[in-house]
Amino acid sequence: MKRLTPYLLVLPGGLWLLAFLVVPIIFMASVSTQEGDVVNGFVQTFNVGNYVQAIGDFHTQFLRSAGYGLAGTAIAILLAYPMAYWIAFKGGARKSTYLLLVLLPFFVSFVLRTVSWKFMLADDGILLGPLKAIGLLPEDFHVLQTTAAVIGGLVYNYLAFMVLPIYVALERVDHRLVEAARDLYASRLGTFTKVVLPLSLPGVFAGVLMTFVPMTADYVNAAVLGGPENTMIGNVIQTQYLVGNDYPVGAALSLTLMAATLIGVFAYARALGTENVLAAAAR
Amino acid sequence: MTDNQVGVGAADTAAPLVSPVPAIELHGVVKEYRVHGELVQAVKGVTLAIAEGEFFSLLGPSGCGKTTTMRMIAGFEDPTRGTVSLHGGDVTGVPADKRDVNMVFQSYALFPHMNVWENVAFGLRRRKTPEAEIKRRVGEMLAIVDLTGRERRRPRELSGGQQQRVALARALVNRPRALLLDEPLGALDLKLRQAMQTELKRIQREVGITFVYVTHDQSEALTMSDRIAVMNNGEVEQLAGPREIYERPATAFVAGFIGTSNLLTGTVDRVDDGCAVLALGDGGRVLVAGSAHAAGDTLQVTVRPEKITISAERPSGRVSAARGTVEDVSYLGTYTSYAVRLPEGTEVTVFQQNAFDSSTTAEPGDSVWLSWQPHHSFAIGS
Ligand SMILES: Nc1ncnc2c1ncn2[C@@H]1O[C@H](COP(=O)(O)OP(=O)(O)OP(=O)(O)O)[C@@H](O)[C@H]1O
Ligand SMILES: [Mg+2]
Repeated sequence: MKRLTPYLLVLPGGLWLLAFLVVPIIFMASVSTQEGDVVNGFVQTFNVGNYVQAIGDFHTQFLRSAGYGLAGTAIAILLAYPMAYWIAFKGGARKSTYLLLVLLPFFVSFVLRTVSWKFMLADDGILLGPLKAIGLLPEDFHVLQTTAAVIGGLVYNYLAFMVLPIYVALERVDHRLVEAARDLYASRLGTFTKVVLPLSLPGVFAGVLMTFVPMTADYVNAAVLGGPENTMIGNVIQTQYLVGNDYPVGAALSLTLMAATLIGVFAYARALGTENVLAAAAR
Repeated sequence: MTDNQVGVGAADTAAPLVSPVPAIELHGVVKEYRVHGELVQAVKGVTLAIAEGEFFSLLGPSGCGKTTTMRMIAGFEDPTRGTVSLHGGDVTGVPADKRDVNMVFQSYALFPHMNVWENVAFGLRRRKTPEAEIKRRVGEMLAIVDLTGRERRRPRELSGGQQQRVALARALVNRPRALLLDEPLGALDLKLRQAMQTELKRIQREVGITFVYVTHDQSEALTMSDRIAVMNNGEVEQLAGPREIYERPATAFVAGFIGTSNLLTGTVDRVDDGCAVLALGDGGRVLVAGSAHAAGDTLQVTVRPEKITISAERPSGRVSAARGTVEDVSYLGTYTSYAVRLPEGTEVTVFQQNAFDSSTTAEPGDSVWLSWQPHHSFAIGS
């Protein structure tokens, strides 16, 4: 019985994952090599052509998604790190309040949040309207339908996933290590770069995973805030499924995205594995 | 505490104060904290001077302000009032990285993301020491603390004692002019602790720098220190060599905190040949050397348990003597401890060496005489 306990503990979660993650993926993999249409039904022909078509027709959107994901993640790090740092070291007794504030947007639906951005940033909306009226901005200036709007929306929507892991990592840094570094002649900056930053890198590492993956697969921000030039792979997949009813190509796109993301993440983990980064920081 | 008396060795007054400029000087240092709106004084006006090359201990019970005092020397904390000087220069307000002292933390505070070598090299690198010199000095230092061959280990892959030595090496490799150690052996077991005490003492002699050592372990302070400041409640109660602290405690607190001590209270009956004589019940008396007392003064007097002799007959000669009843006898290996109740109710502890045989001199219930030399009891402030 004792030896079974660990297995019993993973059983509920394991079954959940099996039912709702593994089975759909297998199902999708099967669909991705089928042929046919909605009216006459799809048959399994092991047609890899769907993949060729998926990558051939939509590689622009794949690359754009990766680009947006990278840019969004980078900006999120730059915004989240100082925030997490401030909460962890200067937050004092109010830390949990600040953390709650970071999480507050999550109490509103993802789509609603993004749509409210659309209202705020509309060409003659509450923000740009007055600025144009007083002549600070040219009449044809716009934010919506631009790359900046999409990336901005991505960063806004996923920022908390970057803040939280970094905060947790910073929170765990023993303050005595900071004092030890200062005692050993490190300046404030030196203490940060040699001790605090390296010790918080696992948090940054986790934050990158938690934001890059969903950002790359996102479709809401591009749909609401972007224009035709900003279509991401998530939008393509959505269109294939819901508009074009081309399930096989949609499935092929999804699996390609998943495989590409996994490969990217593994490459990232290998290249920037915590141990490697720490070893470099130790000098 | 200026009059020198019999029983106070010359050794503890001779060692320190060689260099005219003290390595560390605290002047009227006060540290206040605001805790929930209330002002708490952690250190209440400490003035002391530590000589170059001295092994100086801050000894006292938990919460008496030892760490706070040390943190002000290191530069982690600024005194609310008073000044801190290092080697003659006022450093009050100077940050830690600009002070030529290093600290060994109680918890070691080794950098977990660096291996032993990198931990030890940290300070030298921050000071832009040439790489070749770093290599040489770190190597030498690791040899001194006997860690050669473990350079690539991470702190978590080391035993407690090894981590402690890395912490020591990491501080010493910078050749600071003073090393501050905050209960550096606190986390070690007794055997390792004793081994490290000897080791620390050896290293201090080898490198010849000032050590300021914080401990709440009195035997540790007594064996290692040139001088000890006994702190209580934010103040220094006594500052002297180990022998004097033990033999001539200045206050009841020091007497009670360092080793076991008996406290007797009595009124001076007469002053006889430079000795105050206190009358005890049943014909007993206590002789207190020193002429500062007059008849009628009420005195508190200490005497250490091992200075007392037990006998069946009333001892003769110029000695302190007290009659009492043995209540308890405990055999403790090298010595036997007796609890003796005096007629006025005071319990006196007596240690008798088991030098020749282990047979006890007295049994519970026996009526006995206790005696000791006049120079073994002192009147103390309270
Ligand atoms: N940052 C602080 N804020 C408020 N009070 C403090 C602070 N640091 C120390 N104190 C208080 O000051 C007093 C002295 O603390 P300190 O740490 O110097 O004691 P210590 O002698 O080192 O004790 P220990 O042997 O337990 O380490 C304690 O009463 C403590 O509660
Ligand atoms: Mg302490």
